[in-house]
Amino acid sequence: MSDRLWLGTRKGLFLIERQGPGVWGIGQTRFLGDPVSMVLPEPGGGRIHAALDLGHFGVKMQRSEDGGATWHEAAVPTFPPKPEGLEDKDPMRGLDVPWSTRMIWALEVGAPGELWCGTIPGALFRSPDGGDTWELLRALWDDPRRRQWVGGGYDFSGIHSILVDPRDPAHVTVAVSVGGVWTTRDAGATWELIGSGLRNEYMPPGLEGDPLSQDAHRVVHCPAHPDRLWMQHHNGIFLSDDGGHQWRELTEVPPSSFGFAVAVHPADPDTAWFVPATKDERRYPVDARLVVTRTRDGGRGFEVLGRGLPQGPAYDLVYRHALDCSADGERLAFASTTGSLWVSEDQGDSWHCVSEHLPPVLCVSFER
Amino acid sequence: MAITLSFTPNLRRHVACPEARVAGATVGEVLAAYFERNPGVRGYVLDDQGSVRPHVAVFVNQGLTRDRAGLSDPIADGDAIFVAQALSGG
Repeated sequence: MSDRLWLGTRKGLFLIERQGPGVWGIGQTRFLGDPVSMVLPEPGGGRIHAALDLGHFGVKMQRSEDGGATWHEAAVPTFPPKPEGLEDKDPMRGLDVPWSTRMIWALEVGAPGELWCGTIPGALFRSPDGGDTWELLRALWDDPRRRQWVGGGYDFSGIHSILVDPRDPAHVTVAVSVGGVWTTRDAGATWELIGSGLRNEYMPPGLEGDPLSQDAHRVVHCPAHPDRLWMQHHNGIFLSDDGGHQWRELTEVPPSSFGFAVAVHPADPDTAWFVPATKDERRYPVDARLVVTRTRDGGRGFEVLGRGLPQGPAYDLVYRHALDCSADGERLAFASTTGSLWVSEDQGDSWHCVSEHLPPVLCVSFER
Repeated sequence: MAITLSFTPNLRRHVACPEARVAGATVGEVLAAYFERNPGVRGYVLDDQGSVRPHVAVFVNQGLTRDRAGLSDPIADGDAIFVAQALSGG
């Protein structure tokens, strides 16, 4: 049962602690004023990684070995020298893809001591030593199809979801916005583009099913059943039962199947949560009523959960990393770009507002 | 040649970057000599390819440097280099 929750926000890192049943409050703040794009509390220990996006001064990594009491600067994933004369442009915008880390967008634990990092521009890095050093996964970066990745909400593509198979840490699946779903069975030496059944209705006729042009907003897997993947896609909600090779779209999802975040129960692959928004061109809750949707039966049906959430008009948008489920599957937390945070201690049946006055929230992660 | 190199106070909030007198004939040589002694500062000023970060400005005396990628702007003895932060955001 996790009583500690980390928030990366536009203006700092926040530790939210449980103070009693249903009562959570701000325990600590760090890096106030600086955007924290990602935070990773490593399971079972006091080690926490935080990625800072200092804007002018670049991306920085900070690490704590004592549960967040003290922090020190750590190595940043950096790109190798760009070969002279190489043309590498975002095909949608025509801009030169920077061979320079613009944002840390995903951090995950792999094999013992191993970390994976996804960045904007879209690249995957691996650390064999807990974040002391990083190497760019050249096989994915140099794949000619990577040049077809395009920016979604940002100017350049990015890797936002990294799934490490708990049965085999050399089996890693990543999702790209915008560039589809890719998987490796050999820790990144070779990659396969997967994703049959995904659908992008905004593409020209005939390209809707192109795996390379799929805009996955967020992909998670059930740790106890890692072949079950849930995806919040730009175009709707999809699930896979074979590790992401084949997907099935869920169309009957009230009040909307559009959104960014998804969380799955760690032991029950049929239970998942979403925070819907109206539509891609209207990114606020349907009818300005903030709700969470939950399925308990693998997507056959969805419940709309609102107890404890605002009853009046609410325009909160929840980013892709800003919804999380605790390791025991009982507690949930989500937070918005409006700076509001809610926690549930009963799998989403009811919610407690922790604050409505935080900076815009970028990511939420329970300690595990 | 001795060049005075100093940094915006906004950078001092993140990393120790004391003012120093450094030798060099170009902006790049001065910065390289400084980063050799202060390796932690490099990534705050230059990007992964060694170019000046997009929202960082390098002044020589009162003038902005022109070569942000090659850092080839020449320096004369007694010049002062100031690494500034362009304003942005909200």
